[in-house]
Amino acid sequence: MNEGAPRTSRWALWLPLAVFGLFVALVLYGLLRPASRDIPSTMIGKPLPAFDLPAAQPDRPGLAQANMATGKPRLLNIFASWCIPCAAEAPQLGELARLGVEIDGIAIRDHREDLAAFLARYGNPYARIGADDVSAVQLAMGSSGVPETFVIDGKGTIRYQHIGDIRADQIPMILQKLQEAGQ
Amino acid sequence: MIAELGLAALWLAAALAVLQLVAGSLALSGKAQGLGGVVRPVAMVQGGLALLSFAALIVLFCQTDLSVKLVALNSHSAKPLIYKLAGTWGNHEGSMLLWVTVMGLAGGFVALVERRLPEATMLATLAGQAFVSIGFYAFLLMSSNPFERLPQPAIEGQGLNPLLQDIGLAFHPPTLYLGYVGLSVAFSFAIGALITREVGPAFARAMRPWVMGAWIFLTIGITAGSYWAYYELGWGGWWFWDPVENASLMPWLAATALLHSASVLAARNALRAWTIMLGVVAFSMSMVGTFLVRSGILTSVHAFAVDPERGTFILALLAINIGAALLLFALRAATVTEGERFTVTSREGALVFNNVMLTGILGIVLVGTLYPLLAEAMGSKVSVGPPYFNPAGAIFAVPMLVVLAVGPLLRWRRDSFSRVRGQLLLPLLLALGLAAGVAFNRGIDLLPAIGLALAPALMLASLLPLRARSLMRTPLPIWGMVVAHFGMGVALFGMASDSAFSTERLVAVYVGDNVGVGPWQVRLDRIEPVAGPNWTALEAKMLASYDGGAAVEIDPQARNFWAPPQQTAESALLTRWNGQLYAVLGEQGEDGRWQLRLWWKPFVPMIWLGGLLIALGGVLALFGRVASDVRRVIARDKIAYRRQKQGR
Amino acid sequence: MNTGGIKAKHQRLVLVLVALAALLGAGLLAVWGLRSQASYFYLPAEMAANPPETGRAVRLGGMVEAGSIKTAADGVTIRFMVGDGKARVPVIFRGIVPDLFKESSGVVAEGRIGPDGTFVADNLLAKHDERYVPREMKDMTEQQARAAVVETQ
Repeated sequence: MNEGAPRTSRWALWLPLAVFGLFVALVLYGLLRPASRDIPSTMIGKPLPAFDLPAAQPDRPGLAQANMATGKPRLLNIFASWCIPCAAEAPQLGELARLGVEIDGIAIRDHREDLAAFLARYGNPYARIGADDVSAVQLAMGSSGVPETFVIDGKGTIRYQHIGDIRADQIPMILQKLQEAGQ
Repeated sequence: MIAELGLAALWLAAALAVLQLVAGSLALSGKAQGLGGVVRPVAMVQGGLALLSFAALIVLFCQTDLSVKLVALNSHSAKPLIYKLAGTWGNHEGSMLLWVTVMGLAGGFVALVERRLPEATMLATLAGQAFVSIGFYAFLLMSSNPFERLPQPAIEGQGLNPLLQDIGLAFHPPTLYLGYVGLSVAFSFAIGALITREVGPAFARAMRPWVMGAWIFLTIGITAGSYWAYYELGWGGWWFWDPVENASLMPWLAATALLHSASVLAARNALRAWTIMLGVVAFSMSMVGTFLVRSGILTSVHAFAVDPERGTFILALLAINIGAALLLFALRAATVTEGERFTVTSREGALVFNNVMLTGILGIVLVGTLYPLLAEAMGSKVSVGPPYFNPAGAIFAVPMLVVLAVGPLLRWRRDSFSRVRGQLLLPLLLALGLAAGVAFNRGIDLLPAIGLALAPALMLASLLPLRARSLMRTPLPIWGMVVAHFGMGVALFGMASDSAFSTERLVAVYVGDNVGVGPWQVRLDRIEPVAGPNWTALEAKMLASYDGGAAVEIDPQARNFWAPPQQTAESALLTRWNGQLYAVLGEQGEDGRWQLRLWWKPFVPMIWLGGLLIALGGVLALFGRVASDVRRVIARDKIAYRRQKQGR
Repeated sequence: MNTGGIKAKHQRLVLVLVALAALLGAGLLAVWGLRSQASYFYLPAEMAANPPETGRAVRLGGMVEAGSIKTAADGVTIRFMVGDGKARVPVIFRGIVPDLFKESSGVVAEGRIGPDGTFVADNLLAKHDERYVPREMKDMTEQQARAAVVETQ
């Protein structure tokens, strides 16, 4: 046997590694590419769409577009009792409410009893809760899931859209956004 | 408590994997020969602990323990038990735990039974297996802990995607995972062989059953997944070239090539470096596919929450594992000595052709799957579908299938085509006759036409290796090959027939109306509300009669799930020997008519029947080889025993 | 061992060359196929400004305009307008619409542009998923139905 003769040239053996390197580079680009992931909502800077939702709970009034322009920035939280991240988010909303932030809620496709149980269990930081049983307002707001939280300024304009649950370390960021909206 | 137990088992298994790697490497480098003895037992215990951890998660899901975040997110107390069980792996964390469990078990099983290879190669193999496992354990423990608790137990779980609440699907992911991860054994064997430079027939024989086993599961998994997409999505199609489907197809293609090249290596001691390469590539494709699906970098992907940290983590894992293996290959493969020679017209030549064509298809699928990402880098959003994959894949698949008919008839090492020409005359005439028949039928596109002409000839030719053999004494691996190749022909016929002959009717009808589709007359008899454990539905009771025959009831549904709220269309199928009637119920229009979509798909079940035959071929071959291995071991032991007795 | 060394070497070379040629062929084929067969994604404004050639498979994404869905007399053909605030494209679709296909919500239509400028859709993918998916929401639109396939992994 000819002692490991370089019958196939040695560079060919490096070819798979090179191809794999290209793959990793491409994928790394795909992972790090910020563009298509964090497109700011097209609703930012626009006034809230017109809506008037019935009360989702007997002890809280319903929610209309008119209720949002109070001269003071507030949060609009889109949530549902069947959504686990919403439950995970509840302590943070409670904390924000304790800090004096006014929060309104829109409950998506929810049942009254489930919602009551959810609020009893995880706390009720909401000033008003509107029931959006067909996701109409949610879609009009440019929101496609729960939970989402909007910062609304005093004139009823959407200033920031937070996608997903608010985590504990994001409370200062939300407060900051509220402050910016108040200026 | 159970969650904590599962987590502890997982940590312990990870620690043992580290021990397995360290002890194996030290023993291999000669620094601590004594440590070599612990590697096998450690591998077995590690597998057991991973299994324990997975079992703990299953228990949590079956009990619907809503204090565990994963359960709350993916289960619901009203769900039937079987779907609670399926919920265990129907999510990111659970499926990754299943991944490491299968990997640990496979490593443990190798450690338990594999005695043919030199001990150094075994050490290197098990150390390699541990090396790959450690990364996945780290991934689970650091960024995807399945046992994480909620601060407050949830009142109710969030449910499982209704589309996944299907009995066929419940066992689909584990089957695929057994395939994906089973290939890790081939990967580790390849690494072990590269490290110790022990590449030869013994290596191929040791690796082959593992590849075969993984390949069988992949084949079943892909077949089942395709059937599931066919009846559950309600689009009448059975393969969409979705990145997820491609992710399962690519390892299958590589494993198929590996099986064939391993048989060359086992029988003829040729294709050494190539077989090693395929061993690395097959499992790499499993990891790449899983990564593409999990990381969410391809836009088609998907309903799991995707965390960029996770994507980066898996990519790093992938880069380390695959990169290291390919680097090792580049450094070592030139020193793997050259194998035996053969001529182009020989069994080896045909198998090499098969390998090149399979690699070509693999390249086509991989490039097509990644292209949207590349295009996005260049600033345009695209998707790639059947118009690319079908013809580009066929360019390689068709010659491969032709050679598939010829190859098994050729002898090893050196043969001439004129020797087998006579045998092939009949299949050739059959193919030409069918081609002529198809050519007259203008409605058929080129690819289905080729398929229709080729498939029956392929089925016939695949039986030729049995000619002049006593059927009872034909070895099982030969039977396996014949059955699998025959299955290829069957599946091809189903695919071609579906494309060529399917008829579709899309209508809006009142209750009581009749619709004709192909040879069927279907009457919408009535619409009834029905309810399941976590859904309600409108069910269409329809009476279908074939060619004026007796009416059979067929009941498609429009289903409403309420946790989470979602609607699905449940198609209904009516299977005859010569095809399937497929019905979907749509919406009711304002004028009271119901939308119905009906297909008559001649011979379409042959696609999945063929897939199962291919898998069955694998089972026969695997069983035959394992049985002969066992017989050989017993015989050897007997001889050794007799010698021992005589020695006394 | 090395009987017929030249011939053997020759044979090895042929094998390598055939393999390389096949793989190169695969690469070229892939590039060519992808250039001509990949289906591009258009917003209505892009489609209005720079329409794809007639008959080429593309995807169109946008909002279904309120009040625009009209069902034809056969009960299974619908026509509607897809807009993005800048332009609107008429779409025709024959089939059973997905559950979340509604007016004033997002849709992605797969199909081709017809000679009269109407987009003929083979398939509609509607915005979907109650369950929150933090990252992918922009892309969710496109693939709701396939998301199901995806979840099987």
